Amino acid sequence: MVNYIIRRLLIMPITIIGVTILIFGMLQFLSPVNRSALYVRDVPRNPNALDGIIKQYGLNDPIPVQYWHWLVGRPDPQTGQLVGGILRGDFGYSRSASEPVIELIKARFPATIELTIFAVIPIIVIGIWLGVVSAVNQNNPIDQFARIFSIIGYSFPTFVFGLLMLMLFYAVLRWFPPGRISDWANAVIRGPDWHNYTYLLTIDSLLNLRLDIFIDALRHLFLPVLTLSYVSWAQFLRVTRSSMLETLRQDYVVTARAKGLRERDVVNKHARPNALIPVATLGGLQMAFLLGGAVITETIFNFPGVGSAAAAAASQLDVVTVLSFTLLAGIILVLANLGVDVLYAFLDPRVRLG
Amino acid sequence: MAVAASGSPVPRAIEDVYEPHQPNWLEAALGPEWYRILRGVLTNPLSVIGLLLITMFVIVGLFAGAIAPPLNPADPYTIPRDGFGSTPKPPGSLWTLRQPPLPFWWQPVMHSTQWVHLMGTASGQWDIFYGVIWGARTALKVGVIIEGIALITGILVGSLSAFYGGWFDEILMRITDIFLAFPFILAALTLSAVLTPVLGKGIWPASIALIAFGWMSYARVIRGDILAVRERDFVTAARVIGAKDGRILFRHIIPNAIYPTLILGSLDIGVIVISFAALSFLGIGTEVGYADWGQLISFAQNWIPTLGTYWYIVVFPGVALILFVLGWNLVGDALRDIMDPRMRGRGA
Repeated sequence: MVNYIIRRLLIMPITIIGVTILIFGMLQFLSPVNRSALYVRDVPRNPNALDGIIKQYGLNDPIPVQYWHWLVGRPDPQTGQLVGGILRGDFGYSRSASEPVIELIKARFPATIELTIFAVIPIIVIGIWLGVVSAVNQNNPIDQFARIFSIIGYSFPTFVFGLLMLMLFYAVLRWFPPGRISDWANAVIRGPDWHNYTYLLTIDSLLNLRLDIFIDALRHLFLPVLTLSYVSWAQFLRVTRSSMLETLRQDYVVTARAKGLRERDVVNKHARPNALIPVATLGGLQMAFLLGGAVITETIFNFPGVGSAAAAAASQLDVVTVLSFTLLAGIILVLANLGVDVLYAFLDPRVRLG
Repeated sequence: MAVAASGSPVPRAIEDVYEPHQPNWLEAALGPEWYRILRGVLTNPLSVIGLLLITMFVIVGLFAGAIAPPLNPADPYTIPRDGFGSTPKPPGSLWTLRQPPLPFWWQPVMHSTQWVHLMGTASGQWDIFYGVIWGARTALKVGVIIEGIALITGILVGSLSAFYGGWFDEILMRITDIFLAFPFILAALTLSAVLTPVLGKGIWPASIALIAFGWMSYARVIRGDILAVRERDFVTAARVIGAKDGRILFRHIIPNAIYPTLILGSLDIGVIVISFAALSFLGIGTEVGYADWGQLISFAQNWIPTLGTYWYIVVFPGVALILFVLGWNLVGDALRDIMDPRMRGRGA
């Protein structure tokens, strides 16, 4: 167990270095002029100035040199100050958003975090519940229904489901609007009396004692959360169901039944906690995926998180920006993978004690 | 023997007591494993529905030119448009400008020589019916190409990795981990944005991006199977008679390890087509007006407050996409149960 975690900890930096090399490799498809967005805000129109920038920032240097500068930054020949350097948090300029990429990330990340928090709860709780119900009723109509629900769920493209939800709940019924907040509420939170404590609207609105804004934020969260949940439930249902079926066949479950426990206790106290170990892995990874930005869902619902920012940058071919988001999501996922493996080891007595 | 002494009949040969399994012609032709898989798929109602859906899309894709004849046969993937107006037209509206040829079935069925927009038009007057029909061909085309190349890549990486083992294996598997470290859609989105200026708009940037981030699971699956096959006696025998590495790997090992990967891969076509459509929907990849379901659905983004009126922009291509993917997933679900060793002999 200790060896396993040590091995994982040793591999992790290698993976992260690999991730940065892959991202940097993709940057090499850009012309040196486009790569200058790593260091300067605007591309000058004048061809001489272009050459100047390429020289100034070493955009034609040998690739290992450029990689090093991309990682740690490069002294600006005029001012002597370091510019660029992803390790310093400087990802360059987002020409599609007209601001430094790091500012864009800071501005967009709270919305994604809020969406993740609200989506993860129904995804996991209802997903597990569906899986357990399905397994306990194996092969009878409830199970068949759950299976069909799940197959349809993972055949449903997120963007089609999201648009259908918008059609019904926004275009026709006007219950749940897209976006993150209504215009009137946006005016309030930009006003002088509003304090941003966490930048999570639901929490800040409660701390500012504005229940109306809290409700407005929830109304905007409802459809994206529903969409993310529906497409994820299928996966949770499958994993929980098969893990639960496996557990229900174990000897200790038979023993529990044999000693006369009620079926409810057998399922809830003996089988389910053990069956949930693989589900915990899935839950952790799901959360990391959402934190990396739910690209499609955020775009459809015009939800201003990192996912929709990445999609907007990509559709304008603003590569420096979209690569930064991908790098961020990749690193979140690598860390989450490690975290989940360690968690797995702690949850599973066979791994913990073995 | 004691049996003879007690006067009971002479024990019969084992073949007389246990009737040997007589394979029918199909089983004889396919071999027991494939026969079991085929029988499993054909006896499961859900997978039969799936097969029917796939067959339907293959037929529509093959005969797209007859079902919805192109305006310009040299460029059939560009959806014909009825003018340039921005307001979508509902299903059943008449074609007014630049009407493509009538399909063969229209006159006998409708007794009319006037071609209509069967499924309406999207903003820009792109004909949705044409896009849905030719979109089936696009879906099959990109599904098969992307999946085929991703499978070959994964199989090569996984088999070489398992076959040579050691440091080589370690390095290839770490590279696989790196590619797996990104969320699939975000990584594919990024790479297509990188490739679009290089390759120009079209199906290729998105296809290459989906291949680049889609081969890893096959590499992992076949690697596991090859590690098992590599230790078998017939491989040692091949080595003893002096066969070269390439021959051992491609003639002896891969053919014995490839089937689970191939089946897994072919069923991922549904997932690939969803992802391709998603990239198209996000505006990465194909030109506006390319006959692709994701592209068509993306027109709806401009009409979100009025989708109640313009529902047909989402619903027709959306249903086509869902049914296509559902078909592959229904078959895939059944196959996964059949191939799962734990489920063997449980009526599958």
